Amino acid sequence: MTRYIIRRLLQFVPVILISTLIVYALVFAMPGDPIRALAGDRPMSDAVRETLREQYNLDDPFFVQYAKYLWGIISAGDFGTTFNGRPVSDLIAQRLPVTATLALVTFVIQTIMGIIAGILAALYRDRFFDRFVQVATVTMVALPTLVIAFLMQLVFGLNLGLFPIAGINDGLISYILPALAMASVSTGILARLVRSELLDSLTSDYVRTATAKGMKRTRVVTRHGLRNSLIPAVTFIGADLASMMAGSIVVEAIFNLPGLGEQVYRSIQAQEGTVVVGIVTLFVIFFVLINLIVDILYGLLDPRIRYE
Amino acid sequence: MSEMHKAEARTAPIDSQLETSGKSEQKTEEASLLADAWRSLRRNPWFIVSAVLLLIFLTMAVFPQLFTNTDPRECLLSRSRQDPSGEFWFGTDVQGCDYYSRVIHGARNSIAIGFIVAIGTFIVAVLLGLVAGYSGGWVDALISRITDMVFAVPYILGALVLLNALQAFQAQGVREVSFVLIIFMWPTMTRLMRGSVISVVNSDFVMAARALGAGPITIMRRHILPNSLGPVIGYATVFTGIIIGAEAVLTFLGVGLQLPAISWGLQLSDARQYLQTSPHLLLFPVIFVGLTVFAFMTMGDAVRDALDPKSKK
Repeated sequence: MTRYIIRRLLQFVPVILISTLIVYALVFAMPGDPIRALAGDRPMSDAVRETLREQYNLDDPFFVQYAKYLWGIISAGDFGTTFNGRPVSDLIAQRLPVTATLALVTFVIQTIMGIIAGILAALYRDRFFDRFVQVATVTMVALPTLVIAFLMQLVFGLNLGLFPIAGINDGLISYILPALAMASVSTGILARLVRSELLDSLTSDYVRTATAKGMKRTRVVTRHGLRNSLIPAVTFIGADLASMMAGSIVVEAIFNLPGLGEQVYRSIQAQEGTVVVGIVTLFVIFFVLINLIVDILYGLLDPRIRYE
Repeated sequence: MSEMHKAEARTAPIDSQLETSGKSEQKTEEASLLADAWRSLRRNPWFIVSAVLLLIFLTMAVFPQLFTNTDPRECLLSRSRQDPSGEFWFGTDVQGCDYYSRVIHGARNSIAIGFIVAIGTFIVAVLLGLVAGYSGGWVDALISRITDMVFAVPYILGALVLLNALQAFQAQGVREVSFVLIIFMWPTMTRLMRGSVISVVNSDFVMAARALGAGPITIMRRHILPNSLGPVIGYATVFTGIIIGAEAVLTFLGVGLQLPAISWGLQLSDARQYLQTSPHLLLFPVIFVGLTVFAFMTMGDAVRDALDPKSKK
């Protein structure tokens, strides 16, 4: 197991290096002079410009710039500074809680709703609730987050006035609509996944044996049926959590949440490369790490899977 | 959310009951895979619903004149932001243009981008997946690692950055947006194709073909390709829906299509400022994007279930 984890971690090094390099290249190969953009309309003396260019390593060859940047992160956790002189790590620290809260609320909503809906649909197969879940999940999976987010905003925010439609000034309640929008697609997939897995295991021999022994229905379902059918759900939930960071861009933009996603979007427009690369690097590392954890967890849950 | 896991999760049958009852299959035992698929599709209500919707939206994209006679670019500032009425079914937008006509004309760009990207990605994915899955060894390792690297960059982020960079050169059109989306979105389908190829590459019929002296190209073309395309075709349809959603997002964020293009994404981003006073400006494009994406995704799911011999019960 330890050897497997070490090998996976080693494999991730090039993946992280090159995918951040791709983003770094896209950002810093952008045409235009960021220093001139910084100066705006005011004239800037050549000496100042040279100093600034040196300070941000803009005169080095591209790969040297990238290496210096990476070294800064590894050696000192230094993600660089914005053009206003503010450390990017500072900015990240300020905005991370918003995105983390959004991700957490989303995670809780989709896990609870998805699993419960899936279990009930499987238990009441072909009854009204099952039909309802099937129609609802197909719709939820097929509607993009953007559409759900706007519909939520229009219906629950504007028409019914139940929830705030923008900002985070109302505390946790202002995260409800964005989280529902973000959770929608995954809740649908999760419910479907749990339903079909549970149906499979409920018709299996070991469940029939347990029932035949006289075990109570609830115990059969929770101990024998569910246990085996939740393994694929765990994998899905993990992988979903990994990509939630990127999904936050759209939702944060629509609901005006001051999180990392919104910051990335803003910094891209302002051509503030260091911020973009810093946050995207964070996203990528997070994505890759969670996927590793999911793979390990998968092995722990399912004894048939062995890692050499 | 990880596209790969979604792709896999979507493989789970939408609804085993609503599908074919199985009685008709027993009558005609020698039906081909396609005839079988068609029979089960015809009985799937989701397929019927999505097919009707797709037909409407495709017609809208190709012949918008069938739906409206009003020129979407004929605007009068004096009638800015009117509510829906008998004269203007969807009201008017900020510039005082007929909103119904603009929303109808928005279908073309979205669906064009959806098809271009889906076809482009399909070609890339099938070629790379076939070569990687069939060759194995270092070729497979190389292709898979490159796929992993691009896959680790969230596509919305990648497209946002690259489109923003391209903006400095020229105004973005359908071509640029499609190109950028292909660059960041090929890995999911490629992985699916590779997995699908690997699952058939060791079959007896492939070995038999090899034993009979067939070359690698013949084996790939005649034996592996037809047997591994099923899941990819279904996913390509779902993927078209994903792309249409992604284009709306990118355009909404300001890096996709630019004015004076007529697009649902642009209408959404304009409408946001008037959310409180004229919510209809947001509502109509949202419904149209939603229904289009819904149609493609549901159609894709239905097609994949029908093409997958294992999902038949």
